[in-house]
Amino acid sequence: MDFRKFLRENNVILDGATGTELQKMGLKAGELPERWNVTKKEELIALHRAYYEACANVVSANTFGANLLHYEREELEEVIAAAIENVKTAREQSAGDQPKFIAADLGPTGKLLEPFGDLKFERAVEIFAESVKLMAKHGAEIIFIQTMNDCLETKACVLAAKENCDLPIIVTNAYGENGKLMTGATPAAMSCMLEGLGVDAVGANCSFGPKELNGVIDELLACSSLPTVFMPNAGIPENLNGKALYDVSAEDFARSVSDAVDRGVRVVGGCCGTTPEYIKLLAEKVKSKPIAQITAKNFTRISSYSHEVRFGKKPIIIGERINPTGKKRLKQALIEKDYGYALKEGALQAEKGADVLDVNVGIPDVEEVETLSETVSRLQAVVDLPLQIDTSSAAALERAMRIYNGKPLVNSVNGKEESMATVFPIVKKYGGAVIALTLDENGIPETAEGRLAVAEKILKRAKEYGVEAKDVIFDPLCMTVSADKTAALTTLKAVELIKEKTGRFTSLGISNVSFGLPERDELNSAFLLLALKSGLDAAIVNPFSERIASAIKAYNALSGYDENFSDYVAFAAKTEKKESASAAVYTLKEAVGKGFSDEAERITRTLLKEKSALDVINDEIIPALDEAGKGYEEKRIYLPGLLMSAEAAKRAFDVIKENASGAKISKCDFVIATVKGDIHDIGKNIVKLLLENYGFKVTDLGKDVPPEKIAETVIGLRAPLLGLSALMTTTVPAMEETVALVKKRAPWCKIVVGGAVMTKEYAAKMGADKYAKDAMETVRFSEEVYKNLER
Amino acid sequence: MTHKVCVKTYRGVEANISEIARYSGARETDDNLIALINSCIAEGERENAAVYSVCYSASPLYVSGDVSTIFGVQFKSKNLAAALSGCDEALVFACTMGIGIDRLIKKYSEVNPSRALIFQAYGAERIESFTDRFLSDYAAETGKKLAGRFSPGYGDLPLEAQRDVFALLNPEKRIGVTLNDGLLMSPSKSVTAIAGIGKSLSECDKNACENCLSGCEFKR
Repeated sequence: MDFRKFLRENNVILDGATGTELQKMGLKAGELPERWNVTKKEELIALHRAYYEACANVVSANTFGANLLHYEREELEEVIAAAIENVKTAREQSAGDQPKFIAADLGPTGKLLEPFGDLKFERAVEIFAESVKLMAKHGAEIIFIQTMNDCLETKACVLAAKENCDLPIIVTNAYGENGKLMTGATPAAMSCMLEGLGVDAVGANCSFGPKELNGVIDELLACSSLPTVFMPNAGIPENLNGKALYDVSAEDFARSVSDAVDRGVRVVGGCCGTTPEYIKLLAEKVKSKPIAQITAKNFTRISSYSHEVRFGKKPIIIGERINPTGKKRLKQALIEKDYGYALKEGALQAEKGADVLDVNVGIPDVEEVETLSETVSRLQAVVDLPLQIDTSSAAALERAMRIYNGKPLVNSVNGKEESMATVFPIVKKYGGAVIALTLDENGIPETAEGRLAVAEKILKRAKEYGVEAKDVIFDPLCMTVSADKTAALTTLKAVELIKEKTGRFTSLGISNVSFGLPERDELNSAFLLLALKSGLDAAIVNPFSERIASAIKAYNALSGYDENFSDYVAFAAKTEKKESASAAVYTLKEAVGKGFSDEAERITRTLLKEKSALDVINDEIIPALDEAGKGYEEKRIYLPGLLMSAEAAKRAFDVIKENASGAKISKCDFVIATVKGDIHDIGKNIVKLLLENYGFKVTDLGKDVPPEKIAETVIGLRAPLLGLSALMTTTVPAMEETVALVKKRAPWCKIVVGGAVMTKEYAAKMGADKYAKDAMETVRFSEEVYKNLER
Repeated sequence: MTHKVCVKTYRGVEANISEIARYSGARETDDNLIALINSCIAEGERENAAVYSVCYSASPLYVSGDVSTIFGVQFKSKNLAAALSGCDEALVFACTMGIGIDRLIKKYSEVNPSRALIFQAYGAERIESFTDRFLSDYAAETGKKLAGRFSPGYGDLPLEAQRDVFALLNPEKRIGVTLNDGLLMSPSKSVTAIAGIGKSLSECDKNACENCLSGCEFKR
């Protein structure tokens, strides 16, 4: 029998623990359990058989840790083949006439993925893929991904399974005591992503006993349209006088877990501490129950690594700032592969209340595939909002969706056959929701009815491509009113009509309406309110605009979306504070000296109206920086104070850069990196900030950087200065290697080294030009080198 | 029968502002710095970055010359053997502040480096304070005395000993601490250590910082 069919028509009983049973038989800590598939065949077969005879429908082969991180390729095949063979034998030998299936387990690698760990996403996919291929080859009937405690690793594993076999996929995650995965995902976020990826069942296993996991299960049941899986431990591992106990009895376990079937759980089993006895009692209780009802939820939702965002509640605010169109600084930063600027824009939009961030990095001459996926992955390390991947390149879209941590929103598809044929298959494979623009080969229909017709065509084609209607959101497009005075009204009508006739949600880029007109914020915020009144569900706006922000807060307060007006009151309090703030009066020099960034920015804006940029720099900022630097060297100011001043100075410089184009203030190139093997970068970042303030053009290669890459960058820029950081004794050899390579290939370059384990003597021995004990010393040395260059 | 590992979670140990200042490189504090530290503490707590998880197990201890045998695993280190002298058991543990603090550090490295510096210091202070609490609770609950804790990479105990500690505790699964190829841990604010357990230890020797031979800038 086909497992997918069985799952549709029946409650399913899984087996109980393997790991804790093997430990009872004497498996030692650190010993690889899968080796027992070969060396202790009889024991394994007996255990599997006991589970089948306890009436389990699915017994998992002992392959939880069978992957390339633990085994060489040859042994991997041996343990996987034996594992499945053992379950097969058990199935043949076992009594009981229930349908019996063989699952192959896949557990986590035990490594954390980048950027917080060192496992690359594609390497994780490769590792899982190798196991999946062997499992399918040797006769697994289900791929069972379990105990995963990270959203991105779960995704890597699912992709590996989907790309290497057609077997049904069950996914269960291990939730912590806060009801989330260790890296932060809620059950709703996991359900959102996994449903998008098209797995067959989703649930929770391990961690706790049935009672503690009930909350997680209820959250899954409330949002999932897939069969829910419940596979708890026999309680919490508890240590009593050195003896660990699982404290839930088989009887209590069976009662609690089978109760969940009444609430809608379709698939049940046991994790750590459970035995064939637990499963037998559980199966008896479930047998008498009707099949658990699963309702299709039809939610339109997207997710980040931490939470889901659902359409149809209060308006969804999509931040538009990460888009180089018309933004010189972002464009320049992207060309230079300086992702910091985009990340800052992302974090600030999140602070301003955006729910989703649009990410567009399309610039002519910039390779978009890598730039987009890098921006997406780096953004996901600093903001927890879902992203809207905005690109017209199919290759960039596919790569970004693949590495995206969660279920993204895609911007966009349209009614052209070519667009649909390109975008829908990618959306289907990687599981996203997609914004559909109501235009096609004939352009943008002039009437609302015309746009509705395109929307209906798109829905029909989406279905043919396997993309569900709930994952399509329409953007009825807004033209500028300066070209056509009825443009806004037509769009509003289209929003209403599309919602009414298709039942789908809508999104609009708001700012376009005012193109070519003055005081655009006024028009944009009024148009936003009109559109929301017409039923708009999501708006792409500039979250930094105060007019837009206040319109949204007011709309939510007046529309009953703001419980107790708490959002509105908090917003109002902030606005009042801002107005009464600038009571104390500082000079720019004082503001920088004291490290007041907001003040520094405000004063610089005022100063620039009366003084030249160069005067502001030379009369105010540089003296303040020098003062702080000197204070630090004389130990009157400490590192945090120095940094605060440096930040305030940077904010002032940013204002100057915005306003005074062409004010060339940069000195020479400085390449900076933390050496290979080392992942510490706080010190390096501080040095970078100070160098930038002193006018050096810093190229930051990040951390864990191979010597070749550093040498190539120095040569490419013909940089006169290189700074290297190493924090650990174990990475000093990598620093030596880097110094030697750069000295050989770029003899003109002065190398300054630093970091906790470095000393003056050591630096000299490895051939570095300078040991700097702190950031200020690096600045002083660099200034000297720069002066000599000028001569 | 193999050894059992316990897991505990702690929250609510109060943050020590002067320690955070010290870890951030400030020997004195002013209002400005205290305001910054307080705002980081508040954000850390809001973001649930102040939750500590630990997994641990106690083993009989055999020390012979430079070799300490714990759960059948031999650790060869003169310094470790010295740290365990007079003990008859060893407590092996791994603990972490989780990934939340790493996210805050990463975010502010891009947005606001002085906050990143403070969060780095905050993470260091948090893991130390919680570990002290965990160890004093352990001593109180068992009625035993603990010697100073000793980590892989201290003195002549090589960093490679991390692999043995990980094999004994399996902290990947229990508390989400993983080992990188370079033997560093992720999340970054994580600690593994071995502490001697004895009946007749004196109260001194508690703090590894004063005993450390290095002249590092953070030394008390």
